[in-house]
Amino acid sequence: MNNSAVKMVNISKSFGTVQANKNVSLEFKRGEILALLGENGSGKTTLMNMLSGIYYQDSGEVFVDGEEVVISSPKDAFDLGIGMIHQHFKLVDVLTAAENIILGLKGSITINRKKLAAEIREISEKYGFALDPNKKVYDMSVSEKQKIEIVKVLYRGADMLILDEPTAVLTPQESDVLFEMLRKMKESGKAVVIITHKLQEVISISDRVAILRKGELVSEMDTSDATIKSLTEAMVGRKVDLAIKREEPHFGEEKLIVTNLTCLNVEGHKALNDVSFSLRAGEILGIAGIAGSGQKELCESITGLYPIENGSIIYRENDIQSELRGLTPAEIIKKGISLAFVPEDRLGMGLVAGLDMVDNMMLKSYNLEKGMLVNRKRPKRVAEMLIKALDIVTPGVSTPVRRLSGGNVQKVLLGREINSEPSVLVVAYPVRGLDINSSYTIYNLLNEQRKKGVAVMYIGEDLDVLIELCDRIMVLCDGVVSGIVDATKATKEQLGFFMTSD
Amino acid sequence: MENENIKSELLKNHPDYKEHQEPWIRMVKVDNVRRGIPLLVRVSALLGAMLTGAIIILAMGSNPVLVYTAMITESLGSPSVLRETIRIAIPLLITGLGIALAFKMRFWNIGAEGQIIAGGVAASYFALFWNGYLPYPMLLIVMFIAAVVAGGIWGMIPAIFKSKWNTNETLFTLMLNYIALEGLRYLQYGPWRDPRAFGFPIISPFPAEARLPTLFGVHIGWIIALLLVVLVHIYMKKSKQGYEISVVGESVQTARYAGINVNLVYLRTMFISGAIAGITGYVTVAGANGTISEEFTGGVGFTAITVAWLAKLNPVAMIVISCFLAILDKGSGPLVNSFGIPSSVAGIITGLFLFFMLGSEFFLNYRLVFRKKEEIKN
Repeated sequence: MNNSAVKMVNISKSFGTVQANKNVSLEFKRGEILALLGENGSGKTTLMNMLSGIYYQDSGEVFVDGEEVVISSPKDAFDLGIGMIHQHFKLVDVLTAAENIILGLKGSITINRKKLAAEIREISEKYGFALDPNKKVYDMSVSEKQKIEIVKVLYRGADMLILDEPTAVLTPQESDVLFEMLRKMKESGKAVVIITHKLQEVISISDRVAILRKGELVSEMDTSDATIKSLTEAMVGRKVDLAIKREEPHFGEEKLIVTNLTCLNVEGHKALNDVSFSLRAGEILGIAGIAGSGQKELCESITGLYPIENGSIIYRENDIQSELRGLTPAEIIKKGISLAFVPEDRLGMGLVAGLDMVDNMMLKSYNLEKGMLVNRKRPKRVAEMLIKALDIVTPGVSTPVRRLSGGNVQKVLLGREINSEPSVLVVAYPVRGLDINSSYTIYNLLNEQRKKGVAVMYIGEDLDVLIELCDRIMVLCDGVVSGIVDATKATKEQLGFFMTSD
Repeated sequence: MENENIKSELLKNHPDYKEHQEPWIRMVKVDNVRRGIPLLVRVSALLGAMLTGAIIILAMGSNPVLVYTAMITESLGSPSVLRETIRIAIPLLITGLGIALAFKMRFWNIGAEGQIIAGGVAASYFALFWNGYLPYPMLLIVMFIAAVVAGGIWGMIPAIFKSKWNTNETLFTLMLNYIALEGLRYLQYGPWRDPRAFGFPIISPFPAEARLPTLFGVHIGWIIALLLVVLVHIYMKKSKQGYEISVVGESVQTARYAGINVNLVYLRTMFISGAIAGITGYVTVAGANGTISEEFTGGVGFTAITVAWLAKLNPVAMIVISCFLAILDKGSGPLVNSFGIPSSVAGIITGLFLFFMLGSEFFLNYRLVFRKKEEIKN
């Protein structure tokens, strides 16, 4: 049997002046898991989107089973047996798993639900997992939703599966289950492609690695020949130091004391339930948990953006205590409380995407100046200083921040918050979507703040990083604190257990 | 049916047949527009509009060259027609400025029409009933203040509802137009009806004390308009409140994060937006018309939306756009008499210019890629 499933030859694609892919030739084989690796903006997703019919290449050919094909729509991709599982799920919440799976397929007017359920069970059993066909999507966890997406693709008869960062939203345990599924698919002769940032995963799951850099395929190797170090260097294009520099802690006073904090979500359920902890100067407190366990509400209630149902948040500065509960962000700024917040949604909350760096620098301080008019001199100086200090790549201070790459956007945001010389710094998922190099820049910036005696709260998802970077880790599970552990003694398994403890 | 099937079967067996073709035409977003391209695109749009218009004029049996020449001479050819053109541009410009403030905040105020009426009615009240109680310039000043306050309140109502109950401002502002218009009709046909008008339902002309003075033959509304251009420009670009408008317009979430009171910004900006539209009402009743009637706005509240968009919310560019629209409007008027072109066709020609101008914006942001020839052959 010829084991070449899909072959891409000399594929190029550009968006405007940006060359997303340049002469990429890559082969995908049956019975193999290929990891596609690369920094942000290296063109991994674009390349796969061309296979799944979302984009069409500017030049180059695609062969399926040796024959040249044209994939100009997602339907074409399905017809050729290529299925992609996107990072953001495309499911209808109010429908059941089974309904979502057949959505968009041709068929008779009525649905034979029994037969459908049996088919779905058959597929899920074949690959060793369980999926209830009659469960509604809104009742499902993230990993269950991902399973629907996978079954959806398999049900349509895909021979090749492309998964775009599938583990970004999973706990370690859930990732293991996913990997087991992928191995079974490989054994049954399917071609599997996994796009990822996490090098450990590449090593543990894949058979072959292809590395993209700036749109070009720079390296292709068998995973058995690869190490984390060699992969990173191929990705970045030069030698990098992958250690988080951790120094001996010098803890100071308790800056933030949260007691019995309870918040409700829109539906009236408890998004945070009786949360109590304290945050010391000179410490990084990590917050771990599955996405949606109350992290957002925690950050936003501390910073005055989320209504608090019960409990208190005390901020301490030289033995003077102030209650933050009930204060608006404007009142917090006015009181002179130096609380900095890097929200999860950088361009939608932390920054104004359409405005330039200067205007973004003064977002929280424009009102501190006297008079009716804004003074752009000071923010301009700050912007210029940050560009130099943090190596921000931008055409200039007057370019809208929307035009910057993800890593640079984060440097602008974190830079502004650090520049306000906070005594408490709350950062939510600061390295999400950033490549490995930018991520380490961010970790080092946070460590510098810790050294300066800032109390840092770090909401993270990568457990390895949390363990390496933080002093203590608090785990949230469904809005409840399920454990606070010493990071120097914590293990991933222990954290994973707390994350799903109920 | 049968034939179609055979045909498609034959096609499939053809060696050149390809089941899935590359799309025939694709849109590609343009990141960096080269210098000079915007001008080129806009000039081509203008030429395209003129050419298309020429076909229609030819079909009507007239000479396009003569018609276009007449449009220019009728709008710019002599001091008297020029003054007339400027008189048309003034309300468009002022209203466009007001709308731009709301649009910058992504608050879709399409209620300028109603805000103009509110301003016009308030000014008229003082013009009709307070003459003689107030000394000469005072009356005009009171009328101005009344127009600003009334227009502002009319603009602020939808903002109050939006901030309290998150109502849809597009529908809300639109509906308020009808309420304002019907209110004005009530006044015109009822309590404000001029008893000396031989039974015609009209409102009596304002006394001379309630008329705006003229400068260079045009009422001083044009000075007010230019002054407002400067003020709005400074307000949007340099003031803290203008900065808040940009932030709220870009992202309400970010505004909250930055400690901006979003509801306050909605109310304040919509008051100013409505107040500026109210000024349009003021200069129209006290300057151009010298009285008020149910048609006094002439649809300016809607046309000004085009002004604001074509100028990309830039106050200075709005001077150019409002003059351009005024030229079209003034120039196409006399076509009916001199060339026998129906007024509806004159309207079509004006519409063509707007269509091409607005449509050309697409080509500034996107470029079309056609399927390459050799791929079809393959």
